[in-house]
Amino acid sequence: MSRSIISEIRKNHIIELLKKGERMDGRAPMDLRDISIETNVVDSADGSARVRFGKTDVMVGIKLIIGTPFSDTPNKGVLTTGAELIPMGHSDFESGPPGEDAIELARVVDRGIRESGMVDVDKLCITPGESVWMCFIDIYALNYDGNLFDASNLAAVAALKTAVVPAAEAGKGENYPLPVTCTPISVTAAKIANTLILDPTFDEEMIASARLTVTTDENGDLRAMQKGGQGPLTVDEVKAVVNASREKGEEIRNIIG
Amino acid sequence: MITMSMESDIKFIDENGLRIDGRRPDELRHIKIEAGVLENADGSAYVEFGKNKVLAAVYGPRECHPRHLQNPSKAIIQCKYNMMTFSVSDRKRPGPDRRSVEISKIISEALESVVQTELFPRASIDVYMEILQANAGTRCAGLVAASVALADAGVPMKDIIPAIAVGKADGKLLLDLNKEEDNYGQADVPMAIIPKTGEVVLLQMDGHMTQEEFETALDMGIKACYEIYELQKDALKRRYAVETPEVEE
Repeated sequence: MSRSIISEIRKNHIIELLKKGERMDGRAPMDLRDISIETNVVDSADGSARVRFGKTDVMVGIKLIIGTPFSDTPNKGVLTTGAELIPMGHSDFESGPPGEDAIELARVVDRGIRESGMVDVDKLCITPGESVWMCFIDIYALNYDGNLFDASNLAAVAALKTAVVPAAEAGKGENYPLPVTCTPISVTAAKIANTLILDPTFDEEMIASARLTVTTDENGDLRAMQKGGQGPLTVDEVKAVVNASREKGEEIRNIIG
Repeated sequence: MITMSMESDIKFIDENGLRIDGRRPDELRHIKIEAGVLENADGSAYVEFGKNKVLAAVYGPRECHPRHLQNPSKAIIQCKYNMMTFSVSDRKRPGPDRRSVEISKIISEALESVVQTELFPRASIDVYMEILQANAGTRCAGLVAASVALADAGVPMKDIIPAIAVGKADGKLLLDLNKEEDNYGQADVPMAIIPKTGEVVLLQMDGHMTQEEFETALDMGIKACYEIYELQKDALKRRYAVETPEVEE
């Protein structure tokens, strides 16, 4: 994806600032940007949310559709997550089928939601072996300024929490809120010149050697993790990110309520 | 468009001459236009036409990819109209389909008529329209948003393009059909004009209309385009209004 380049002077500036514990936008290394969450932004979706982390702007919509269950889980609903890095969002994004970045993004968000058991798929069964609710989570990056993982995770979680199963329209009884059990929150760190920062911007991601996303639940337990980037992370760094994720995850969870 | 065989018992005009959403036959839905809503794009706009919600973003003029599309004498305009999967009642399959390819093409052509492409040889001006929520009339809403986004991007243009559709339901001409009217409607005429000259830059029709009906529809649509034009200009003025600081004596 990355057609962009970053100038040496900007790169050095970011690194020099980090040595003093500062960042270009005035944050301390472990600070998040301002987060805003809007829910029910699209009526045609069964649940929706728009989340901003600073200038990063992500939209998620939920669609619940009746389909057939997988043969090995005849009593469970189906959960599917997709992401599109649409050209609207950044000059590096191109139209066409999802590339590896979009696929990774979707899979990391999916993992946090799936592994935490957030969506109670047992309650999405209509007729065992025949028909179940399929829950589609679709992510669109409207404006990319770094850290799509956390913005997408939060938007997906917020959208799921407001989602309603459209049972009445399908003649399957009354509509009911999508059964959700918990609130998985991801927090992503980047490593720049041996310093860890949270919630990286686009410029910071450009020069980061490694990235780590950690998803926790409300007990502070870990539900998903993904390392990215070509550089290594030390064990201490990994632990530091896990700690930060638990702590910041709690803060973010308080925003979403 | 669903044909006449599907005609329903629903009455689209009540005894007071009002439509199911309370509008008069020649009344637009509530329109909201905001310019400059996205950070990365060179220009952007958000438009609501009733329950339609559309975002448009412009990138460029910039280097044209793929290069074989470059035109040595002028810029090309590449529009992409796309519906988000959750914008309609069933989930739409992601990615382009034949409908969106066609709409993208006619919107590009409409914009070519006002953008001063000759100023940017070999370049591409890329316009992306994303339909967040669809409720009939999305191509017009998309074009309205695209025009404002181009102006927001500072792309030199002869004029801004407004667009609207006129349809027929219950045997009557109705401006700016909503989804229910469109589903059971008998015809649909989307159009767009250059307000300064009154020239039509986009025009389609499907369904069934007499010549007289068509001419009336065109008339209704063009009149409504001038209303929308004012809203487009107003959105840009709001975006670029500068408050004069009070001078201290």
